[in-house]
Amino acid sequence: MIPQRVKQEDERLARERAKLARDGPKLKGAKLEARLERTWRRPPGILGWLATVDHKEIGRRYIVTALIFLALGGALAAVMRLQLAVPDNNLVGAQRYNELFTMHGSTMMFLFAVPVMEGVAVFIIPLMLGTRSTAFPRLNAFSYYMYVFGGLLLWGAFALNIGPDVGWFAYTPLSGPQFSPGKRADVWAQMITFTEVSALAAAVVLVCTILKTRAPGMTLARMPLFAWAMLVVAVMIIFSMPAVALCSSMLISDRLIGTNFYNAYEHGDALLWQHLFWFFGHPEVYIIFLPATGFVSVITETFCRRPIFAYPVVVLALISTGILAFGLWVHHMFATGLPRVGYSFYTSASMTVAIPTALQIFCWLATMWDGRPRLQVPMLYVIGFIVIFVIGGLTGVIIASVPLDLELHDTYFIVAHFHYVLIGGAVFPLLGILTYWFPKITGRMMSETLGKIGFWMLFLGFQLAFFPMHFAGLLGMPRRVYTYPAGLGLELPNLLSTVGAFVVASAVVLFVINGLFSLYRGTIAPQNPWGATSLEWATASPPPPYNFAHIPVVESRTPLWDAKGELPVVTGLRVDEKEILLTTVVAAAPDLREPVPEPSLWPLIAAIAVGVLFVSSIFSPWAVVFGAIPAAIATAAWFWPKELKRHPEPVIS
Amino acid sequence: MILEPRFTDDVADLPTHKFGPSSLTWWGIIGFMVIEGAFFALAFAAYFFLMGHEQGWPPEGRQPPNLLWGTLFLVVMLISEVPNSMIKKAAHERDVPTIRALMPVIIGVGALLLVIRGFEFNNLNCRWTDDAYSSIVWTLLFLHTTHIITDWGDTIVLWALMMTDVGWEPRRLVDTDENCLYWRYVWLLWIPVYLMIYWVPRL
Repeated sequence: MIPQRVKQEDERLARERAKLARDGPKLKGAKLEARLERTWRRPPGILGWLATVDHKEIGRRYIVTALIFLALGGALAAVMRLQLAVPDNNLVGAQRYNELFTMHGSTMMFLFAVPVMEGVAVFIIPLMLGTRSTAFPRLNAFSYYMYVFGGLLLWGAFALNIGPDVGWFAYTPLSGPQFSPGKRADVWAQMITFTEVSALAAAVVLVCTILKTRAPGMTLARMPLFAWAMLVVAVMIIFSMPAVALCSSMLISDRLIGTNFYNAYEHGDALLWQHLFWFFGHPEVYIIFLPATGFVSVITETFCRRPIFAYPVVVLALISTGILAFGLWVHHMFATGLPRVGYSFYTSASMTVAIPTALQIFCWLATMWDGRPRLQVPMLYVIGFIVIFVIGGLTGVIIASVPLDLELHDTYFIVAHFHYVLIGGAVFPLLGILTYWFPKITGRMMSETLGKIGFWMLFLGFQLAFFPMHFAGLLGMPRRVYTYPAGLGLELPNLLSTVGAFVVASAVVLFVINGLFSLYRGTIAPQNPWGATSLEWATASPPPPYNFAHIPVVESRTPLWDAKGELPVVTGLRVDEKEILLTTVVAAAPDLREPVPEPSLWPLIAAIAVGVLFVSSIFSPWAVVFGAIPAAIATAAWFWPKELKRHPEPVIS
Repeated sequence: MILEPRFTDDVADLPTHKFGPSSLTWWGIIGFMVIEGAFFALAFAAYFFLMGHEQGWPPEGRQPPNLLWGTLFLVVMLISEVPNSMIKKAAHERDVPTIRALMPVIIGVGALLLVIRGFEFNNLNCRWTDDAYSSIVWTLLFLHTTHIITDWGDTIVLWALMMTDVGWEPRRLVDTDENCLYWRYVWLLWIPVYLMIYWVPRL
């Protein structure tokens, strides 16, 4: 069956294979590191920079880009708060204000909150799992470029005065062809397509990385809680993001080629939009929140110097939150009118999801109670998170109740609620974890003093900005109004909110100043500055391009605390080509050796081709046909090997 | 504190390819199948949501799509599993000549299916602009067509690669195996989509 020529070639390759250099007792230390460095570092220059597949570089870019979008979204918030500082203000008009809140919400949800969590995960997960790369690193690079192009589309349109103005959830019929002529709504919908493609690609990368590349011995039951959180989140992305991609594509086709999904005159239904959007939109909240709970578990464990209390309960809470999150979307639609049983079901489902979240909070409190907490900056952010998130959670339980929701729907009470859960639930842990992983990312520590000042400014400024919004809402102030009349009692809460918003903005600026200052002047960080237990701290800060000289082996849930001066490792991976170890899904037993793709420009070129397709399809349906050709060529070239010859061991060139 | 390495196992003798769930790309493909499955499930949900508003389905005055072309499409797809299974088996046995001979058959079947699909669009008895029913029916058929086209393109590229010396490389056989897995998914998907387009309006 196999020709003689091929058999001879197989034998020759087997002989060559035996001669390949591998790490081990005979090749270790500085000599090994120098060879690995040569193999793993990317080509220099701008093309090398664009072609990189190093998860650390891509993760860093994700984080920095997302923080830039945070700053942009924050600047819009500052303008809105200035406009609302006093009644009957005319700093910005109604139309511009519509654009401001649309851009603010869309930027924060799609260009900051989800990508920043993915960026942190892309950077840290392979280090935490004891491997050298993510799965599918080129897909990872493609995901980043798609995200950047989506952001450029949205902000480029805003700069050209064709930014969207239909709110971050773009309800039909307002966003439909009849009430939103022009291209503003299309820009919003196509930005969604970019960010969904990006998030879905990153989700597949993360699921495969977490399931298949863990260090030997890191069974699912020993996996760090952040990896658990990201696994649940990635699966949630896979099931939820298609909903928004589908409904926004239907919106574009209603607007461009005259389909009738949301057109009531031709038997469509605007509520179809709300169902599909919130089937994504509610899980989205947990897609933002669950990574943050992973951060909180990591920080709490390290700074309380004991393993997290009731690890299995935390894991089960993560999974059950992930499942329950798909059963609540209709609570965003109480005001649309539902059957009685629908009200009861979604009220109870909304209250039920508080249970696993509360369980996690009790586990963190128990860890603190039983440990010896060190109140350094990351831990302060955890405590701030717990306080703010519990308040936001309680107002959430209030509006899960239908009569109250109908009263409070679309008021500033809701604005207060979701900023408490999103800023408290995600931004506080994020700033804590960025402080915590800053030494691993940059090799230097952030200033503790500036960090503490920044934390207290943020914590107090946040209360000042958002607590009065509860009262503004109870007094009947609707959200998304560009101004309000004097004499309704809304002056004081709004003025306080504006002052608080600027304190929050100053705190964020201080965080950035601290980051930039520490990047150049901060104390040089050792391998494990916080005395933490997970594997990212078993390598240099910042890690070399190959992450670990030898692949570590995990023998307990807290590997570095149990290490006793030695780190068990496996040997035998190639050093002259990029290679990682794959392990089995549950038991993490060594399974395969897997080549890692070389750097390539094709992911960038494919992202450009797909980007051109998406942007032109705002204007003509034919773009889908003609734009698909370069996209197909780029993806084929991405897959096609550079050299059509066999190697002793597989190489992805 | 820098930890000293303590050497345990050596993994140099581990293989660099395996079929099925050991393979990393297998998980990647399953991931994308789930994503695409979610798209279809949600499109089905939208279909039933719109159907719930109507007195009749298809709405009064419309004819259900003609059965001939869709059913022919189904038959050809089911038959295509025969060469598909043969290619999959050949990949496991490293029988590269069989793979090289049969992949053009699958590519030909793909081309035939695209022609039939053209007739299907022409026999839906509606245009996407007519009403919400027409829009969702066109969407379902369009979504499935994108799968046929992408798998068809993918198979052509893989076949070109299998025709080179690299075709003997075991990891390329895993690619072939997983390409067959994906084709199975595409024809399995067609069964519910076919029922939704052609038979639910006839219930």
